Amino acid sequence: MMNETCKVGMEQADAILEGYPHAEASLIQVLQDVHRAYNYLPCDVVAKVAETLGVPLSKVFSVATFYKAFSLNPQGDTIIRVCLGTACHIRGGGALVDEVQRLLHVAPDETTPDMKFTLKTVNCVGACAMAPVMIVGEKYRGNARAARVGGYLEQGGEDDAN
Amino acid sequence: MRIDSREQFETLREEIRAAEAGNGNRILVCCGTGCLANGARKVAEAFAEQVGKRNLDAQVKLMVKNTGCHGFCERGPLVVLQPSGVLYTRVRVSNVAQILEKTVENGEIIPRLLYKNPADDIAIEQYSEIPFYKNQTRVAMRNIGRIDPTAVHDAIGAGCYTGMTRALFDMTPEQVLDEIETSGLRGRGGAGFGTARKWRSCRKAEGDRKFVLCNGDEGDPGAFKDRSIMEGDPHSILEGMVIGAHAVGAHEGFIYVRDEYPLAVVNLTLALTQARYLGLLGENILGSGFDFDIRISRGGGAFVCGESSALMLSLAGKVGEPRAKYVHSTEKGLFDLPTVLNNVETWADVGAIAANGGDWFAGMGTNKSKGTKAFSLVGKVKNTGLIELPMGTTLRHIIYDIGGGVLDDRPFKAVQTGGPSGGCIPEQLLDLPVDYEKLTEAGSMMGSGGMIVMDDRTCMVDVARYFLKFLTEESCGKCTPCREGLKQMLAIFDRMVEGKGVPGDLPLIERLAAGMQVGSLCELGKSAPNPVISTLRYFRDEYVAHIEDHVCTAGVCKELTAYRINPENCDGCAACAKACPVDAIAGERHSLHIIDHDTCISCGACMGVCPTDSVETFPKNELMKEVV
Repeated sequence: MMNETCKVGMEQADAILEGYPHAEASLIQVLQDVHRAYNYLPCDVVAKVAETLGVPLSKVFSVATFYKAFSLNPQGDTIIRVCLGTACHIRGGGALVDEVQRLLHVAPDETTPDMKFTLKTVNCVGACAMAPVMIVGEKYRGNARAARVGGYLEQGGEDDAN
Repeated sequence: MRIDSREQFETLREEIRAAEAGNGNRILVCCGTGCLANGARKVAEAFAEQVGKRNLDAQVKLMVKNTGCHGFCERGPLVVLQPSGVLYTRVRVSNVAQILEKTVENGEIIPRLLYKNPADDIAIEQYSEIPFYKNQTRVAMRNIGRIDPTAVHDAIGAGCYTGMTRALFDMTPEQVLDEIETSGLRGRGGAGFGTARKWRSCRKAEGDRKFVLCNGDEGDPGAFKDRSIMEGDPHSILEGMVIGAHAVGAHEGFIYVRDEYPLAVVNLTLALTQARYLGLLGENILGSGFDFDIRISRGGGAFVCGESSALMLSLAGKVGEPRAKYVHSTEKGLFDLPTVLNNVETWADVGAIAANGGDWFAGMGTNKSKGTKAFSLVGKVKNTGLIELPMGTTLRHIIYDIGGGVLDDRPFKAVQTGGPSGGCIPEQLLDLPVDYEKLTEAGSMMGSGGMIVMDDRTCMVDVARYFLKFLTEESCGKCTPCREGLKQMLAIFDRMVEGKGVPGDLPLIERLAAGMQVGSLCELGKSAPNPVISTLRYFRDEYVAHIEDHVCTAGVCKELTAYRINPENCDGCAACAKACPVDAIAGERHSLHIIDHDTCISCGACMGVCPTDSVETFPKNELMKEVV
């Protein structure tokens, strides 16, 4: 898996690295920008980041695997984030995860084989007043119901409300 | 235009205020995360467009403002009309023309858009008359919902940076420290450490390079007041940080924001640019000779980074693993240099204290906990949202008078405070005055202000298991008691919720909990067993029912719960059959529906949609008895 996903263009990574001081303190911010640009952390880019910032590769991997914001595997086009904060949990957030799993046959942190969806659970997106909440792409679904999950997925992640 | 003196600043502020006063009509559209999700941006755009079209602008000098979160998100998008003070809830683009025509032009109220008080179903016109707002005292959240967070002039007009000018021009650092000490301000991030004491210790620390940090890594699930302040009033945070920097002698600052709060990052970044441009931040602030600048750092999505030493490591680009507390970060913090770290809400309080004086702040609250405190009131309560109250307010007042009581008038079971480090407080303690000490005595803690109300359909074993699972995933893994203790405890809970608990489980859990409290390295590990200990203390019978009877009394734990439809209430509307994800419900329209227990996955979807409350739970082991 890793080898196939390593080969990516370096132009974006170069541009990102130019914007930060080449020091360890920039590491997390750089990785966040890389993640945003590539939708994951390709291992060639990780190596490049390590070299440019002068941080041992082992330390870069340690950071990349410690923080939840980073994934070393390619992500689906649309990320489904189901909130499992306390308010969402007691109002049935777990049933939303179950329903996505049942419909797409992926467990949390997995991606559908067609690379369309990645399922993630998050610990509170701070929208507790609308619990339970799930976010499909950019679109927040407040007071979400398991029975409507199929519809949410079909309608996709375009943030048409705004 | 850079402001070079205090006089220039004060002139500008008065000009803004005069302009606001002449500008009678204003339409405030809440554009916090919750309202945006419900379509607020389009509503705001529609107002702006139609105001222009109708030429109302010339007539009444109408202004449309996108404000921050009022904290009343479930009723969003919210629109407040000023000067009348009318609040409309759940406003759609299709309502915009009518609101302009009827209410703005002719002063007529549109009853169906008004907020209805759930307690008596009476519609309320005025924003300020709604019990949810009327009973609040807002300090940290003073400007939220009233100003456009992307307009620095709004913030200045509302009084922002007034406390800062006082601190920079009228007060020495020592005097600022004295003022904060007088106010009795304690850290709003959870532990409640005295702010003045922390600052003094950093001021005394040796070294020329010091840091002032803002902890915006609001990780407690169920809490979102810091998000709302960062999104809705970012300048109040910057103001507080400048005052803190002046007091401790720091010239560099960071705001560490949770990765899950994209709008907060956008609004804070804009606020920093505006403040620098106006000379409210950066070199020689307002010509006072004091230099201080702030950078934003996005977190990587790790709960443990809300812990001070882990946050500082994360800011330095490292893995966020806490260190032992005997090294004080006020002496050796970020990059091993003296550092002050305070929570978002604390910083927002500082500006108000500098402007109004420490005595004013200390005049509110209880003996040891002064001032006000922001909470997010969520869960199974009628009015969910953000509230701010004087310390010492009782839980009953919060939940029943402000929150309007438990959702669907079901029996109250518990309120969870303090996030994963806190606990569940039962009904018999509803008259508890909320402050740092009282919450700790009750086995919970203040934490970052989440208050999650739970009703009789909440299983306390499941809640404890939820927090264990959360903490198991979020434990940084550095010290053994936390890493292994949580994992083993979760394994026991996993058995219990499946009805496979054994009689020795509870004493074993208690021993593990005691070990973690003593042996963990950081406060997160030490407090990790709190949700378990507090539920065991107040709801032991529920644990016993799971272990001995294999029954989940609340009807939550899937393996122990089955669903059936009460034939007396069912009107055959078929809503349940439509909602069922596995087609386990059969029945003709207008006649009784029946759940097939072999197909049913106990997801509870039918119960959530039934309009007649006919779906009920019963212990699954009764099914076995029927078979036998």
